Amino acid sequence: MLLNQPHPLETRVLTRRFEYPQRDPIWVDEFVAKQGYEGFRKALGMPPDEIIDEVKKSSLRGRGGAGFPAGLKWSFVDRKSSKPKYVVVNGDEGEPGTCKDRVLMEHDPHRLIEGCLICARAIGAERGWVYIRGEYRFHIDILDKAIEQAYERGYLGENILGSGMTFHLSTHTGAGSYECGEESALLESLEGKRGNPRLKPPFPATVGAFQCPTTVNNVETFCAVPDILLNGGDWYHALGTPKNGGTRLVCLSGHINNPGVYEVPLGFNMKRLIEEIGGGVWKGRKLKAVIPGGSSSPILTADEIDIPADYDSLAKAGSMLGSGATMICDETTDMVKLLARVMKFYAHESCGWCIPCREGTAWLAKILARLDEGAGMTRDIDMIDQLATSMFGRTFCALGDAAAMPAMSIVRKFRHEFEAKIGSAEVFVPAPGTQPLVVL
Amino acid sequence: MTFSQELEARFAKMIGNYPPGRQKGALIPMLLYAQDDIGQITDELIDEVSKRLSVKRVEIEEVLGYYTMLHREKRGRRHVQICTNVSCMLRGGEELWEHARGKLGIGNKQTTADGSISLEEVECIGACSWAPAILVNYDFHFNVTPESLDELIDGLRTKQ
Ligand SMILES: Cc1cc2nc3c(=O)[nH]c(=O)nc-3n(C[C@H](O)[C@H](O)[C@H](O)COP(=O)(O)O)c2cc1C
Ligand code: SF4
Ligand code: FES
Repeated sequence: MLLNQPHPLETRVLTRRFEYPQRDPIWVDEFVAKQGYEGFRKALGMPPDEIIDEVKKSSLRGRGGAGFPAGLKWSFVDRKSSKPKYVVVNGDEGEPGTCKDRVLMEHDPHRLIEGCLICARAIGAERGWVYIRGEYRFHIDILDKAIEQAYERGYLGENILGSGMTFHLSTHTGAGSYECGEESALLESLEGKRGNPRLKPPFPATVGAFQCPTTVNNVETFCAVPDILLNGGDWYHALGTPKNGGTRLVCLSGHINNPGVYEVPLGFNMKRLIEEIGGGVWKGRKLKAVIPGGSSSPILTADEIDIPADYDSLAKAGSMLGSGATMICDETTDMVKLLARVMKFYAHESCGWCIPCREGTAWLAKILARLDEGAGMTRDIDMIDQLATSMFGRTFCALGDAAAMPAMSIVRKFRHEFEAKIGSAEVFVPAPGTQPLVVL
Repeated sequence: MTFSQELEARFAKMIGNYPPGRQKGALIPMLLYAQDDIGQITDELIDEVSKRLSVKRVEIEEVLGYYTMLHREKRGRRHVQICTNVSCMLRGGEELWEHARGKLGIGNKQTTADGSISLEEVECIGACSWAPAILVNYDFHFNVTPESLDELIDGLRTKQ
């Protein structure tokens, strides 16, 4: 579904088989002709620990949002456990601004299957699921067909390629829930339940799908693995920056001339990404701010973006690389409206399991809606900051943090815009003797 | 209750995808695929799925109350879903939403009198780089403008 032109500054690893313009998915024959399943064949000849070492060496980090080292995660699975082990692909792709996993599944579905096979080999799994958000029926159908092909050709099933290895894979549709992208909620959903997250620890590596050891990774993370096996972890690592190996997909959206999904090495400068690959801010306007990693990531102002875009540099800048969703806001963007919309989303998607998030997101959404409509009070501004700050780190899963981070960063960095919206009718005088409903 | 042959084949395969005794895993996919055929989640469907997967009715109700794509009420034959989340909003998603409401004369989660089209404001549908984006049932439309939306809706009306 790459509707955008490729850019010469891209480094094509994940997307190396893609062709433009839009075309049919790369089915099995073409895939195999273009080095498909070769990384897996190599893995078949390696002891599991060596596979994991190769992935560790690559310093591949999770592309779903948290950036956890993939090789390390795989090493947590106890291969000697008597329970079955499972591979679960997170294709929920719900983080606003993110539209990259679909591009991988739509163009090169066998790459994902190959990544799963390598992981299965490394952790000793005999079954896996690709959990894909319900809206992506089109992509589910593509993957179903690719899986069928892989069974026909002996890449899935029993005694794979005569190696004695067994691995079964199927798709599993979601049905509309952002929270089901959180890995433990996803596992609940896979088991046929509401997507409420689980208490961690134990992490999925110990107690995952159906109470068995499980590796959960993002679609893009799995898709990076075949080339790591093929060319070596050192090769992959060298593409990026220290501790941030390889390339990643970035989804440019918002007020930019050439929105699209592009592949760049980790550490590619954020400003160049926007100006050179993205063609700069649209309509000749000036840049106001960038949301660098999906709506959960703290916002960066125009003068904060001249940094390498990798996990560590963004953390240093007070934000996150997140899911690769880079949203560009031009000088005309109304930051109060933006935050109000972001919070409406989190309030809608909060699963309701824990109180700080269920209540916090709902109150924040109401306060922000009021401010946006011009009926806000001066103290609302501090209340937003206080509410978000008290929610941060105190919720059952990271959705609460995901809602708090944009709130804190936007209200602090663009306070003047909030103040300007309040106008002159701001002074709220409670009737004498009124007790405050909420004391913060 | 009987399903189409295709759906029966899908279900038969699907149940084998989960560990023995854990066929409840098939619950949400089963409900969604059945809903696509039938149009909505009916009492009869709940009973049938409950029987096939050996899950209690209440376990199904729990799930129905959680997932936004599962619905008990009837919707239009074409369900138009307009994204107004950030990437779409920055490129006119909200104007598109207002435009659609005006054109169809219905509000959020409502259906036109003839039952042909229903409308919903949705959260990010994963098409942010081609915003504003909308979904009609499972079909994506990218870089939508009020004019192209008009055309699309007129097309949906004549198609019925
Ligand atoms: C609220 C919430 C939503 C999430 N949504 C997604 C998602 O849609 N896709 C995804 O891959 N990870 C998502 N994650 C991250 C997952 O919990 C998990 O970290 C990830 O799947 C691990 O894979 P990785 O290490 O390959 O990134 C989400 C996390 C939270 C807290
Ligand atoms: S933080 Fe929000 S989404 Fe996570 S468990 Fe609590 S209520 Fe649910
Ligand atoms: S924000 Fe509309 S599709 Fe992502």
